[in-house]
Amino acid sequence: MSGVSVRLRGFGWRHAGRRAWAVRDVDLRIEAGERVLLLGASGAGKSTLLAALAGLLPEDSGERAGDIEIDGLPPQEARDRVGMVFQHPESQLVMARSGDDVAFGLENRGVPADRIWPRVDEALARVGFPYGRDRPTAALSGGEQQRLALAGALALRPGLLLLDEPTANLDPAGAALVRRAVADAVDAHTTLVLVEHRVAEALPLVDRVVVLAAGGSVRADGPPERVFAEHGAALAADGVWVPGHPVPPRRAVAPAGEVLLTADRLGLPPRLGPTDLAVRAGEALAVLGPNGAGKSTLALLLGGLLRPGSGRATASPELADADRRTPPHRWRAPALARRIGSVFQDPEHQFVTGTVFDELALGPRRTGRPEAAVRATVDELLDRLRLERLARANPYTLSGGESRRLSVATALATAPRLLVCDEPTFGQDRRTWSELVDLFAGLRDAGHGVVTVTHDADFVDAIADRRFTLERATRSTEERP
Amino acid sequence: MISLEPVADPTAPLARRNPVAKLAAALLFSFTLVATLDPVAPAIAIAIELAVLPLFGVRYGVLAQRAWPLLLGAVGILVTLVLFAAEREGRVLVEAGPVLVTSGVLVTALGLVLRTFAVALPGVIVFATTDPTDLADALIQNAKAPPRFAIGALAAFRLVPMLGQEWQMISLARRARGVDAGRNPLAKLRLFVSTAFGLLVGAIRRGTRLAVAMDARGFDAGTPRTVARRQRFTVADGLLVVGAAVLAGGALAVSIALGTFRPLVG
Amino acid sequence: MSKLDNPRWRTIDIVVASVIAVAFGVIFWAWGLVWSATSGAFAFFPPAQALIYGVWLMPAVVGGLVIRKPGAALYCETVAAVLSALLGSQWAGTVIPQGIVQGLGAELAFAAFRYRSFRLPTALLAGVLTGVSAAVFDFFVWNAKYDLTSYRIPYALLTVVSAAVVTGVGGYALTTALARTGALAHLPAARDRTLV
Ligand SMILES: Nc1ncnc2c1ncn2[C@@H]1O[C@H](COP(=O)(O)OP(=O)(O)OP(=O)(O)O)[C@@H](O)[C@H]1O
Ligand SMILES: Nc1ncnc2c1ncn2[C@@H]1O[C@H](COP(=O)(O)OP(=O)(O)OP(=O)(O)O)[C@@H](O)[C@H]1O
Ligand SMILES: [Mg+2]
Ligand SMILES: [Mg+2]
Repeated sequence: MSGVSVRLRGFGWRHAGRRAWAVRDVDLRIEAGERVLLLGASGAGKSTLLAALAGLLPEDSGERAGDIEIDGLPPQEARDRVGMVFQHPESQLVMARSGDDVAFGLENRGVPADRIWPRVDEALARVGFPYGRDRPTAALSGGEQQRLALAGALALRPGLLLLDEPTANLDPAGAALVRRAVADAVDAHTTLVLVEHRVAEALPLVDRVVVLAAGGSVRADGPPERVFAEHGAALAADGVWVPGHPVPPRRAVAPAGEVLLTADRLGLPPRLGPTDLAVRAGEALAVLGPNGAGKSTLALLLGGLLRPGSGRATASPELADADRRTPPHRWRAPALARRIGSVFQDPEHQFVTGTVFDELALGPRRTGRPEAAVRATVDELLDRLRLERLARANPYTLSGGESRRLSVATALATAPRLLVCDEPTFGQDRRTWSELVDLFAGLRDAGHGVVTVTHDADFVDAIADRRFTLERATRSTEERP
Repeated sequence: MISLEPVADPTAPLARRNPVAKLAAALLFSFTLVATLDPVAPAIAIAIELAVLPLFGVRYGVLAQRAWPLLLGAVGILVTLVLFAAEREGRVLVEAGPVLVTSGVLVTALGLVLRTFAVALPGVIVFATTDPTDLADALIQNAKAPPRFAIGALAAFRLVPMLGQEWQMISLARRARGVDAGRNPLAKLRLFVSTAFGLLVGAIRRGTRLAVAMDARGFDAGTPRTVARRQRFTVADGLLVVGAAVLAGGALAVSIALGTFRPLVG
Repeated sequence: MSKLDNPRWRTIDIVVASVIAVAFGVIFWAWGLVWSATSGAFAFFPPAQALIYGVWLMPAVVGGLVIRKPGAALYCETVAAVLSALLGSQWAGTVIPQGIVQGLGAELAFAAFRYRSFRLPTALLAGVLTGVSAAVFDFFVWNAKYDLTSYRIPYALLTVVSAAVVTGVGGYALTTALARTGALAHLPAARDRTLV
């Protein structure tokens, strides 16, 4: 198939149940074979725009303005020319075996049976999928799922390839591999639209940058060098990650304080081997390591949420307060929420109520704070993390970055002495990212302990006082930067 | 603990048969036996089932693991019969207040318990040896099931192993947010119900996203689908179905010949 | 009453119906263990067990109310039964025909309203009819040897009561609660939602 051209005229979309338009007044022409990086602050409508291009916004799920043409056709009728990889990898795998999943799209398109398997093998090889076709999709790590989803899209040989943050949640090696796979797969016959917050890594893949303004319209458009030279400073101030505009680091102002939590041969076979670690007050500790090393498991153990399979976690008398004799995983939940806050890797795992406001108020209420104090805390967090206009929205309708911020905010709301966060910064634009760094730094400087599991090298550089690296072979090393 | 992986050797001669044939054979066999209430026919059937087990590549231990709840059910049948049997002929064995146990009651109980086992085991065997993907493929190709529905159901089946993990994550999330039940049993029940509800909501959301992802890959675009995995219904598969019918019929015939047959209706 | 939708199932209808069925299939599997474990105890007071019977019938009513398409009730109940068999339910294959029979009951109720009403009375009727079909099936297939007046008839009646209360009213309440979470946003059941 040859490259596909895209035209948008005054396009806008408003999701059902929302007052604000997700995207608005977008005029855009993308010629066949162009490679476009789509930028914009979190919530600017990038994912919505991709869904529109793929013909995946049914008429009854919102309100449309203007129109879109894919090769002169309405998107619903041009679906067979488009391949898409979504922001959420695990909910786009359809079949139980990896090979069958790649074959699924080919079957749908009516590719003759004898031509299916060669194309499956080719697509799997292109993305560097390390297992055979029979590998169960349920046994894949996040990075492997993302690669498989990409193979499923590539096997269709789409004229228009749409990728929504394809490397979020991948370790640096995995992210590099996926980028290389995209670079290899995209030839002169493929039009590419890529959404990625981290511009520097994505630039080699594209020849044009389009920036969406929050609330509508295209803010800047052109070759990357020109866009960044002309609008760099303004875009950076608006929340776009512009190369050459680094965020100043926030180092600790005082040396670390006393130990809050000690992990002593702490582990949960087979997910995590025995691990020794001490977490201090007034210190930001970064936990690093490849996909599948057991970082999230360690975070849940430190957070007092999982029962250790080996070893133990011991809280200092100061942190444990009245519960000195018991380990954190045996504490009652309200006491735990007051002392140790946890942010889960998948934000949606964390939501338990129906609105953003209730979500933030839940923790403080459960720990027995007066209603006026609860309101004040919630309002401040809504404001700092730019969620105030979403206060009445359902947490599950938020954009990728918005839901991540909300999940971090829920843990911050109880101001716990120790905060354990799993990938708190993925999918954030530059502005909310800086705000998060400031929040964490502020907590640390006020004497709280902050543990973050992360693949985000910028974040580690900006705030980490100490790094702890988990190896996949469940061996761990500790070093100081 | 919840898993859809087949738990048997997939290369065993009968495990390899077409899933539709296996399903048909199991249903035929089971429903022939539903027709009787005597102990003899089910006993013969159970003997047959245990004898063919190795041909399906299922180890006896695996079967025991899957079938043990039937034992609890058997206790239930016994207790219910002792209290509510329709007929109490035969010698009186125990008489204590309202409890009246006769030899007739025990024979009936034996019949019912054996029947439960005989009826359930074929399905246990078939499902222990059948992969859901193969079943969906065979249903589409050999039983003319509508492909959109078979594939849609299959896609949802993939969520099953995840539901267990999801349950754990939801419980952890609530705990992290300061929500727990403590020792109060009523609060425990409430928390259980709300966790189950959260699981259902999460599953539906996931299903919604999955449907979008499937549409993005051309599912239901009107193009006739092709099949990547061929399922064949061979003579051997036909023989399996016929064999199941003959064996079940044979068990009934023996029971009738011995005069022990007691039909379900009449 | 809302107007009759296009009866053709979209992908989302199929997948969400399957997901509802699958979730209940898992619940069935767990429920089967509870059922077996308690059946001895309940035998002293069988009405109690019949009262929890309604849970087996939930997918039929919930599926019908959420998807609002012809066949939804039957499809959900049947797929849930197939799944619990695949998971290794002790009743194995026999739950499949049983599921079909039970699903037909609810399907009949939705069809009687020509797939246009999905309010409480419809849900109640669907619960009752699925309860009746389940009770008839059990009356002949499983309970044949028990005493007619002291067991089979009360058991059947209680099954229907349980189906009306747990399945009908409970299913309706569950669907309303699901709609409130916004999870059904793209499904017909969300149509009655008030916008916020
Ligand atoms: N299903 C939905 N229902 C209602 N509102 C939605 C829905 N999906 C997205 N929105 C809203 O539309 C706006 C744009 O969302 P979108 O996901 O397109 O943003 P995005 O640019 O991709 O952001 P991010 O970088 O955080 O992923 C957001 O304010 C979001 O809350
Ligand atoms: N609930 C679970 N049950 C069984 N195994 C699990 C479970 N969760 C994770 N695992 C496995 O345990 C290992 C460690 O998982 P974990 O999620 O802790 O890794 P991680 O370091 O956080 O990876 P990533 O960077 O991809 O998030 C992986 O191999 C994973 O497949
Ligand atoms: Mg997005
Ligand atoms: Mg992780």
